[in-house]
Amino acid sequence: MSFALIFEQLLNGVQLGVMLFLLAAGLTLVLGIMNMVNLAHGSLYMIGAYFAISVGEWSGSYLLGVVAALVGTLLVGMLVEVVALRTLYQRDHLDQVLATFGLILFFNELIAILFGRFALFTSLPSYLQGHIELFSGIRYPLYRAVVIAVGLLTAVLLWYVVTRTRLGMLIRAGASNRTMVSALGVNIRLLYTVVFGFGAALAALAGLMAGQIYTVQPGMGELILIQVFVVIVIGGIGSVRGALVGALIVGIVDTMGRAFLKPMLETVISAAAANTAGPALSSMLIYLLMALVLALRPAGLFSARG
Amino acid sequence: MQRAVFWGVLILVLAALPPVASLLGQAFYIDLVRRIMIFAIAAISLNLILGYGGMVSFGHAAYLGVGGYAVAIFGFYGIDDGFLQWGTAIGASALVALAIGAVSIRTSGVYFIMITLAFTQMLYYLGISIEEYGGDDGIRIKTRSQFPLIDLGDGLQFYYLVLVLMLGALYLTHRIVNSRFGMVLRAARSNEARSRAIGFSPYLYRLAAFVIAGAMGGLAGALLANHTNYLTPDIMHWTRSGEIMFMVILGGMGTSAGPVLGSFALLLLEDILANWRDPRWIGEHWQVILGPLLVLAVLFFRRGLAGLFERRRD
Repeated sequence: MSFALIFEQLLNGVQLGVMLFLLAAGLTLVLGIMNMVNLAHGSLYMIGAYFAISVGEWSGSYLLGVVAALVGTLLVGMLVEVVALRTLYQRDHLDQVLATFGLILFFNELIAILFGRFALFTSLPSYLQGHIELFSGIRYPLYRAVVIAVGLLTAVLLWYVVTRTRLGMLIRAGASNRTMVSALGVNIRLLYTVVFGFGAALAALAGLMAGQIYTVQPGMGELILIQVFVVIVIGGIGSVRGALVGALIVGIVDTMGRAFLKPMLETVISAAAANTAGPALSSMLIYLLMALVLALRPAGLFSARG
Repeated sequence: MQRAVFWGVLILVLAALPPVASLLGQAFYIDLVRRIMIFAIAAISLNLILGYGGMVSFGHAAYLGVGGYAVAIFGFYGIDDGFLQWGTAIGASALVALAIGAVSIRTSGVYFIMITLAFTQMLYYLGISIEEYGGDDGIRIKTRSQFPLIDLGDGLQFYYLVLVLMLGALYLTHRIVNSRFGMVLRAARSNEARSRAIGFSPYLYRLAAFVIAGAMGGLAGALLANHTNYLTPDIMHWTRSGEIMFMVILGGMGTSAGPVLGSFALLLLEDILANWRDPRWIGEHWQVILGPLLVLAVLFFRRGLAGLFERRRD
């Protein structure tokens, strides 16, 4: 286990972390402000990925695909909000879970009809290929480095919007007391639609970047969504800061666990036992972490209302 | 009176189904209804905590999985004794429910939903990663659980066993809900603060109900493994938890008939859509129809099927 390997896996963990953050940020805002559980958030991530690939292939321009994914998913998100989700804000969480579960079935199958069930692959533009040398002897794929940079940049931007702008002020006010906000004359319905579209675009950003790292296929959204739930539970509902910290923790723990748990176990128990226990334990690691955090702080690390 | 008629008709229809179906040469339906009744047991157990206890558990497939794997793993080592297999299935899923419940019942609302979902996902990945028991590909169950007097290899005997167990689960739930314990559980659901004020701390009551529901779910898992003769981690997939939840909601949660009606409604609908041949694409992509139907059901069909038959009890 060389230092270079550990460092590379650490970066991979951060890269997974920023992807989780992009999804968790939108989801936690929707949860915190509208008090709405949206399982279909993963579908928006999937839609973003498919927009990016199909428009990118069709036009031959990667950047056009990126723009189409962001704008297209933003519009799809706002449409879904107006058509289906808006009526659910007044309902209890159970109804929200069930209705958005129905939406997931619909979107996954719709994508399967349009693009088939098989995984899609796409190549990167030449300027995103290759490796960069971080410091002597440690090379890292350029694309993954870009993903990390974009994710962290978005985090800073989001922090700025939420804490320093008028829109962010309304968002925070909406999270703490929505009746008061609407009593003060703010169009809360419009605010909700904007926040939802915003969250959808963030999910699309994660989705379009995921296209070259993970497989793009129907149902891809739900695989990551459940990890995003773990992030939100750890970070605390409604807190963007919590989402960032939680996402980085989950990303790093998961990646490091998969890479190093088995060799570490081999030093303690027999190789055969480690061979079985290693993968089993590493896939359970983030859930055990979640249980630990909950046992200590039931409302998560950074509760928005705490 | 109405209730007695309803239950009488239901039992009669289910009991008469196998001879009628084989007379009509449609033996396939015996299999289908057996599967539906197994899921009904799972839905009945979820209804205990969801409908009466107000705990929105999005992880009920976990207990199906634990129960199923108890049967499969014993079978893998050549141990076919039914009492041992099913006893372990029930015991192990009760233990898993105790562990999951102990952590998740401390929380409520959205946290509870996400945590139960996450723990189930954890077990799902555990199932995938243990190569010894088939991992992703699953594990074949060579012989069904062996009991004295009853032969599960015989489709009819198995059918009637499942029917009896389903009725047993209904009766047990009925007794629990109407006992003093069930009163506290329902009181905590309708008003937690008030039930605390009169001296009941809901935590232990909820946890006990959660464990009972888990044990019943484990039994359903053991039955399901015997029904399919094959077990993959997909039995614990999160969409399975969602399906069981939908059975409870479609049927009408917090009603005794609800879970049974709901599992028949959902699984028959799935079966009809999946076998749709004209036009063909519906059969291939039936979920694109089912999804919006479910959304509409949630939006406009709040009381569920049982709402048509009986009053909701609170």
